[in-house]
Amino acid sequence: MKSLQGYDKNLVLKMYEGMLRIRIFEENQSKVFRAGEQEGFTHLSIGQEAIPTGVCLNLNKDDYITSTHRGHHHMIAKGGDLNRMMAELYGRKTGYCMGRSGSLHIADFSIGVLGANGIVGDGNPIAMGAAYSIKLRKTKQVAVSFFGDGASNQGTFHESINMAAAWDLPVVFVCENNMVACGVRTADVCKALKNIGDRAIGYGIPGFNIDGNDVVEVYETAKTAIERARRGEGPTLMNCMTTRQHPHWEGDKDVRTKEEVQEQLQRDAITGMEKRMLEAGMISEQEIKATKERIQKLVDEALEFARKSPKVGREDALKFVYAE
Amino acid sequence: MATLMYRDAINQAMIEEMKKDDNLFLIGYDVGKYGGEFQLSHDMYNMFGELRVRDAPISEQGIIGCAIGAAITGCRAVADIPFSDFMAMCMDQVVNQAAKFHYMFAGQAKVPIVVMTAIGGFIQAGPQHSQSLEGWFTGIPGLKTVAPATAYDAKGLMKTAIADPNPVIFVTHKGLYAMKGEVPEKEYTIPFGVADVKKKGKDVSLFTYSLMVHKSLSVASKLEKEGISVEVVDLRSLYPLDKKAILASVKKTGKAVIVHEAPTTGGFGGEIAAIIADEAFKDLKAPIKRVGAKWSVLPFVSALENEILPGEDDIEQALRAVLKG
Repeated sequence: MKSLQGYDKNLVLKMYEGMLRIRIFEENQSKVFRAGEQEGFTHLSIGQEAIPTGVCLNLNKDDYITSTHRGHHHMIAKGGDLNRMMAELYGRKTGYCMGRSGSLHIADFSIGVLGANGIVGDGNPIAMGAAYSIKLRKTKQVAVSFFGDGASNQGTFHESINMAAAWDLPVVFVCENNMVACGVRTADVCKALKNIGDRAIGYGIPGFNIDGNDVVEVYETAKTAIERARRGEGPTLMNCMTTRQHPHWEGDKDVRTKEEVQEQLQRDAITGMEKRMLEAGMISEQEIKATKERIQKLVDEALEFARKSPKVGREDALKFVYAE
Repeated sequence: MATLMYRDAINQAMIEEMKKDDNLFLIGYDVGKYGGEFQLSHDMYNMFGELRVRDAPISEQGIIGCAIGAAITGCRAVADIPFSDFMAMCMDQVVNQAAKFHYMFAGQAKVPIVVMTAIGGFIQAGPQHSQSLEGWFTGIPGLKTVAPATAYDAKGLMKTAIADPNPVIFVTHKGLYAMKGEVPEKEYTIPFGVADVKKKGKDVSLFTYSLMVHKSLSVASKLEKEGISVEVVDLRSLYPLDKKAILASVKKTGKAVIVHEAPTTGGFGGEIAAIIADEAFKDLKAPIKRVGAKWSVLPFVSALENEILPGEDDIEQALRAVLKG
């Protein structure tokens, strides 16, 4: 990782805080989920914070993103409201989707989050379609699709990138490559795991293989890709190597060895960033502590909001099947 | 009134709606320069340009995903999947995405897309181009499914489908495209969930949709000469379904035959039979009969295909059996 010397301090602080918001939210989520406070499943993004943080710092409120089953970090990075998120995870009336989506399908259309998605790889065609809409409506928006290495082997990956490339659509495909798809090591089923960005050559678009745990590198690469999309020059594929620090879903067993996970922890995006910030004199240990406490307070408030929110009632069960 | 082919009625409906809404587009393979695999979109490419009449690669998931992504961000889309068999290639997008969004996101997203697809055999197209898969769509909450049988109904229902804020599966039939019918020059729409009694009758009710409406009418007029009065009810819309019309007709005749081209087993006719048995049992004077395809893959050659698909003789037999009581 490069030194932060000479880099815009305000931007660095935003990156750091953005990642911390996700980390602290997710650590809390792990705790309360394991304590049995919520129903269903939850897939945590701990270790992958740098990717949406770096990407979304280049996006406007009205830009679109599609997200995945592991989607809390996307939502937070795009500006999602922690209270309404937490309330949704608790299945409360005040939640984003009033208890219909839970963790897997959380969405906030008012900030362009077109939904986390329970079907691996299905965000890609939808982001491509949102980009088609941008082109048709002649706005300057951009769509970003976050997906994983698992999704990169779905047919939708090929269909979407091919169509986006053919029509120069304003969309960026961001692969969060954590090297494991559910319980299968992607390297066992994909020869060029670390070079998924090279597939861009086959579509005639730019592709990048970067360190997805380096928020600065993610930010800079996304900036290039998003600016290109906004200029109407077409899509980009970003392959961001990252680390999934928890199992597939919280409470799941992990196929990876302890040593493998331990090695990945050494590449932690947040501790790495703290080290660089300290080295560059951009933050002090005390300020780190204060920042963490400030964010912890926000998460605590969200938790309280969720716990105190009214539960959904059976009278609402059939609401929203069809739009009027 | 003008006389139009079924396909031209759909073409007209799309053109009229495209003129009203700049954010409405058509997408599919062959829809553009070729004018549509079955010429449903002829002339549209020249009228609206390539962005709004989008020739797509043969990527059904991509086509439907594109329509959905655009629809949830301020556009409307009609997607052409020329054979219902090919719906199998994109049912994930239709079922897991389009049908779910409004509910799953608590009303934050509407998905105003129309997926146009043709069912039907009788053209010797073989196992992968002849299936009638409409029943598949009717089992998915969040979708609406219509299956018009005439040019008039096709135009009116297409306009309603485009205006609907929900995903609509617009089921056509290859055997209907060239069929002519009267279509008013004045603007009109046909609401969903309203069946149309195509022929009034008093002895037996026949419930059907799509191409089978015509085969049923032909049998009905043959029996008419023997003094047998068959009421032919064209459901037109499978979801929402006009239960009232079904129950009213059964109340009148006391006898019911259900006809569709899809296999009888697992077909939508089972749903109609169940509704009648459940809600009009006391009106029934004879057991309900269903007419559909035999339980088989569809072959290419007509000698075999005709054996499997329901024909006018099958409809006639069923009517006579029910009339005997």
